[in-house]
Amino acid sequence: MKHTISVYVENKPGVLARIAGLFRRRGFNIHSLSVAPTENAAYSHMTIVVDLEDKPLEQVVKQLHKLINVIKIHDYLPEEVVERELALIKVNASSEVRAEVIEIANIFRAKIIDVSRNYLTLEVTGTEDKISAIIALLKPYGIKDLVRTGKVAVARGQATE
Amino acid sequence: MKISGAQAIVKSLEYLGVKDVFGIPGGATLPLYDALADSKIINHYLMRHEQCAAHAADGYARASGKIGVCMATSGPGATNLVTGIANAYMDSIPIVAFTGQVPTHVIGTDAFQEADITGITLPIVKHSYLVTDATDIPQIVAEAFYIASTGRPGPVLIDIPRDIQQQFIDYHLIEKVTLPGYKPTIKGHARQIKESAKLILESKRPVLLIGGGIITSGASEEVFKLATTHRLPVTWTLMGKGGFPENHELSMGMIGMHGTKTSNMAVQNCDLLIGAGVRFDDRATGNVARFAPHASIIHIDIDPAEVSKIVKASVPIVGDARTILKALNEYLSEFEPKANHEGWLSQIKKWKKNYALRVPRDKILKPQLLVHTLKKMTAGMEIIVTTGVGQNQMWAAQYFNMEKPRHFISSGGLGTMGFGLPSAIGAQVAKPDALVIDIDGDGSFQMVLQDLATIACYNLPVKIVIINNRYLGMVRQWQQLFYKGKYFAVDLEKGTPDFEELGRAYGIRAKSVKEYSQLEKSISEMLSHEGPFILDVHVEKEENVFPMVPAGAALDEIIGGEAK
Repeated sequence: MKHTISVYVENKPGVLARIAGLFRRRGFNIHSLSVAPTENAAYSHMTIVVDLEDKPLEQVVKQLHKLINVIKIHDYLPEEVVERELALIKVNASSEVRAEVIEIANIFRAKIIDVSRNYLTLEVTGTEDKISAIIALLKPYGIKDLVRTGKVAVARGQATE
Repeated sequence: MKISGAQAIVKSLEYLGVKDVFGIPGGATLPLYDALADSKIINHYLMRHEQCAAHAADGYARASGKIGVCMATSGPGATNLVTGIANAYMDSIPIVAFTGQVPTHVIGTDAFQEADITGITLPIVKHSYLVTDATDIPQIVAEAFYIASTGRPGPVLIDIPRDIQQQFIDYHLIEKVTLPGYKPTIKGHARQIKESAKLILESKRPVLLIGGGIITSGASEEVFKLATTHRLPVTWTLMGKGGFPENHELSMGMIGMHGTKTSNMAVQNCDLLIGAGVRFDDRATGNVARFAPHASIIHIDIDPAEVSKIVKASVPIVGDARTILKALNEYLSEFEPKANHEGWLSQIKKWKKNYALRVPRDKILKPQLLVHTLKKMTAGMEIIVTTGVGQNQMWAAQYFNMEKPRHFISSGGLGTMGFGLPSAIGAQVAKPDALVIDIDGDGSFQMVLQDLATIACYNLPVKIVIINNRYLGMVRQWQQLFYKGKYFAVDLEKGTPDFEELGRAYGIRAKSVKEYSQLEKSISEMLSHEGPFILDVHVEKEENVFPMVPAGAALDEIIGGEAK
């Protein structure tokens, strides 16, 4: 089972290593992790998707809390959170299929951010499911390159109030 | 006036009340040692191995309740500290380790004596720092001491590149530390305390289990008050030994793999288990799935991550054990203690009588008899016992009764052979007037014997009692019991030096005992000798530690322990 946690940390050297090391040592699996500074440069925000196979989420959160550089942790239920992921997909789009690829991009509201003779590069944002869906549709055309950011998440306004 | 980073470290240590540090200098700590040489307050104890410096700091912390400090140079000096840091981490002991590092501009180039010690120690420190600007030193040292000693204590490492030690700064005092991500819970939740009180008053078969947290938080008096007021039988983990007077009628002895049969039977049959300052280690619980099957569990611990990590708590209370037990005692004082478990107490009394630890009566040198005699002959004296790890440690835990906390110093979680001698050094430095006895094994002792030089150099009157069976005894015991007696790589007969001669080589008085008839006389000689002493006792080679709960068995599946 996958669970998304949102972690605010001090923006200091080695913090990522501490968190990654903790996950490895305690036998927790990271499915995806994204990290960037917040509006306050002293802090960073991490969205960590944890793969909970046999370790309870409670232990993950409690052990994270013990790290001195961790300021706060939110562990949201799926309905309390808005999640997005971004993917850049370079897909084969030679003249005979180009129109079809553009049509798929339009349906998914993907942006075309690079064009060459044989390839189109698409930028698509959405939930994990949406990204997976467009990938599945583009696969038959030949995906040359694919990069996903991993999930970022923020609590819904309602959950914060 | 500007001072160097190295001077700032020393000044910070002095300000924080540090009197003693243990270490070995090297290239990357030359500036630090130059500054340390000028300190009129701090005594530096020159060790012979960095691992011993860390263990000495650890023993110092356990004996005194203060923070232990150790120092090592970069590279191999720092990596030699690793075992000592891991040991302190597992037993939640406050130490601060300073390591030198290669100069900032060569970090990452595989420079001479470079090791990424902050990286290497990440999983075994409570926190660590790599100093990149000497201006931060006063703040970092203050934070390190605060983090090491508060909440659930633990080791903190500060890695300081040589050029940072030489950088000049304006020193400023740090009076108060606040960390945004670190606020240990001290007070227990009031509703949980009330709930616990209710369970205690209702229980028909209560057991109080105390651990290292009782020693750390200084909760012994509250434990005593709770146990005696409500007539709670008390057991302890290895780390909790001394938290409750062992000669008291409510004492049942240690729990776990080599605990008393009484304690283990009581835990398996109780209806209420109050675990205070414990983390339910596998050596204490045996098979977790079958641990205390009939009991509601009240779990008191300062580390929320320990609550329900191993054993599901019915009533978890997160906070400082002393503060919580005090509040619990105060709340309970409004009620009349219920005398509703006399039957349980008499059951325990019966177990205690039947399953008392046996002292061999035959006049041969059995290890149990040695420890028993040592205890008997030192009764009433202020004694601190340290131990190695293995059979020697278990016999010390079983047969050397303790009445007070901070007097039994042993490597619990990590089980570090070689801990006895250096921790005795640290304990003796912390408590110069105490009689410090290292009850050691011949295997453990040989892992650290180079630090006899430290004992000799500072004339520390440490008494080293070696339970010498010329075996890695605990491994041999397991090979005998669980590997069909196929002994392999456990025989120390060949190669082990004559410890009398060894003592002489270091200028330390030493005596080997090979006959029972010499035992008491030799112990007297040791006790009346003012300086350090090695008492090398050649015990029965193949004596085993019993009772024993085999690994994976439930606590009531015990080998041995019956009365004769």
